[in-house]
Amino acid sequence: MAAELQLAAAEGRRVAPGDAETAAFAVRGMTVSYGPKPAVFSVDMTVPEGSMTAVIGPNGAGKSTLLKAALGLQTPLAGRATAFGQPVTDVRDRIAYVPQRASVDWGFPTRVIDVVAMGLYREMGLLGRFGARLKARAADAIARVGMAEFADRQIGQLSGGQQQRVFLARALAQDADLYLLDEPFAGVDAATEKAIIAVLKELKARGKTVVAVHHDLSTVTEYFDRVVLLNVRKIAEGAVGEAFTADTLRAAYGGRLAAADLPGAVHAI
Amino acid sequence: MNGAEFVSLSLPPIVIGVLVAVTCALPGNFLLLRRQALIGDAISHVVLPGIVVGFLLTGAVATWPMLLGASVAAIAAVVLIEAIRRLGQIEAGAAMGVVFTTLFAGGVLLLEQSDTSSVHLDVEHALYGNLESLIWLEATGWSSLADPAALAGLPPELFRIAGAAGLVALLLAVFWRPLKIATFDENYAAALGLPVTAISLGLVIVSAIAAVAAFDAVGSIIVIAMFICPPATARLLTDRLGAQVAWSVALAAIAAVAGFVLAGYGPLWLGGSDAVSAAGMIATVSGVLLGLAALVGPHRRPLAAQP
Ligand SMILES: Nc1ncnc2c1ncn2[C@@H]1O[C@H](COP(=O)(O)OP(=O)(O)OP(=O)(O)O)[C@@H](O)[C@H]1O
Ligand SMILES: [Mg+2]
Repeated sequence: MAAELQLAAAEGRRVAPGDAETAAFAVRGMTVSYGPKPAVFSVDMTVPEGSMTAVIGPNGAGKSTLLKAALGLQTPLAGRATAFGQPVTDVRDRIAYVPQRASVDWGFPTRVIDVVAMGLYREMGLLGRFGARLKARAADAIARVGMAEFADRQIGQLSGGQQQRVFLARALAQDADLYLLDEPFAGVDAATEKAIIAVLKELKARGKTVVAVHHDLSTVTEYFDRVVLLNVRKIAEGAVGEAFTADTLRAAYGGRLAAADLPGAVHAI
Repeated sequence: MNGAEFVSLSLPPIVIGVLVAVTCALPGNFLLLRRQALIGDAISHVVLPGIVVGFLLTGAVATWPMLLGASVAAIAAVVLIEAIRRLGQIEAGAAMGVVFTTLFAGGVLLLEQSDTSSVHLDVEHALYGNLESLIWLEATGWSSLADPAALAGLPPELFRIAGAAGLVALLLAVFWRPLKIATFDENYAAALGLPVTAISLGLVIVSAIAAVAAFDAVGSIIVIAMFICPPATARLLTDRLGAQVAWSVALAAIAAVAGFVLAGYGPLWLGGSDAVSAAGMIATVSGVLLGLAALVGPHRRPLAAQP
């Protein structure tokens, strides 16, 4: 089943809606509000196993909020989220979350290796040893994002791109099956972006599922095979070829989008 | 001063001072990193009304009811602060301001409305405590430390603060990992399935316990100073969390010992005749240490870097 869905995703075919049972990640009727107006309204989304999905929308569209509510970090007014057919809270071992980099204080007194080791908490527990096997896993995760020489650096001394890699390494250390990333490319240079996308594509090649909030419309087609367009409500969802069009983008971004950003223009370049 | 005098007059207050300083500094590290360091201040504001309520309910000027009243008030205050912060989604400082001014005002009203003239609720005592009075009359010299009969005469504050210190240190050691993860990145911690609300509540409740135990022994000035100064100083000396906590313990102990000695002898050295308040001097020393670290500490940058 998983392989079939992966194939479908890779070919850009539509996967039948309503298959939360088999989807790697599914959200149903998610509505979240911080005040009188909802930040996310009645959003459904279905992510087939082995796919790479971009969540796109303007600032304040509720992308971060949607991920947070799905993970139970924010209490929704309504809605639920499942991963691999089970409530997200029951399968946390299989889910790795990469929060927005700006959401933490990088002056925190800790080193790269310590942050990555946080990804192993569920295995270590309160007092379990951070033994050789787990240390090797943390070191491997750090190496995969090209940060091996920085393992003992204090995190405040890293560049923004390096900090982003550390967050990714922490998720990799979890060895999860579903990766939910909030703007993994925010504020990183071209080299780091290449390094990160290579890691994500490698995850996909190993059958893992990747969902990333993404801002750069010009790279959506190149990096992802599915998109969800969001602006409080879900505007469109599906294979990039079908759902990522000038019309859906206009619907999601309104007048704020320059013509040059639209997919047609991108392809012309 | 001979050995016997030292053991009976200076050793107990020094040990109590060190335990108080360490008990407050330990949770202070995490409060500081969570930008909740002022919670020590908030707690000390509600301790007094808590004591009044403890007295009103029991009608007795006894230690335990008053301590219980203080603890309940402190815990109620920190729980309220957390609840307002999370439900109202407002900044921690504002939540603290709302809660401790309200509770403090409530305490003052209660005090006015009821007949507490018989209680000795001395503001100076509440602020500075009386560390110097916590002496050990049964001691006859160093050998008394091995004499159970003499040990039983140690000030009871010593045992209470030692118990609190042990409890705080144990809880911190056991919950070190989740506390660290949730302090650094609460979203990620929650995604791992850690009970972040309970962790944050647990921290402030432990802080409340530390503050009340410390208040019992030495008054609130030292409590406020010790929650903030040693951790903030330690933060400037290292950028590893474990090392920071270790440094904060060492600095707290140094401030307690140096403050006590300076309070007793400093004025004499300067030609004065009276000793000054030990608690006040301990707080001052911890502030001076922070100032020194701010001037010459190797890791001055991160504290200034706000997200
Ligand atoms: N903690 C919060 N309290 C109150 N309002 C919030 C909070 N977090 C987000 N919001 C509001 O909810 C809406 C959605 O925010 P969210 O962060 O989910 O958007 P986003 O799509 O991730 O935006 P960005 O692209 O800027 O990251 C915004 O209007 C924002 O102001
Ligand atoms: Mg966001």
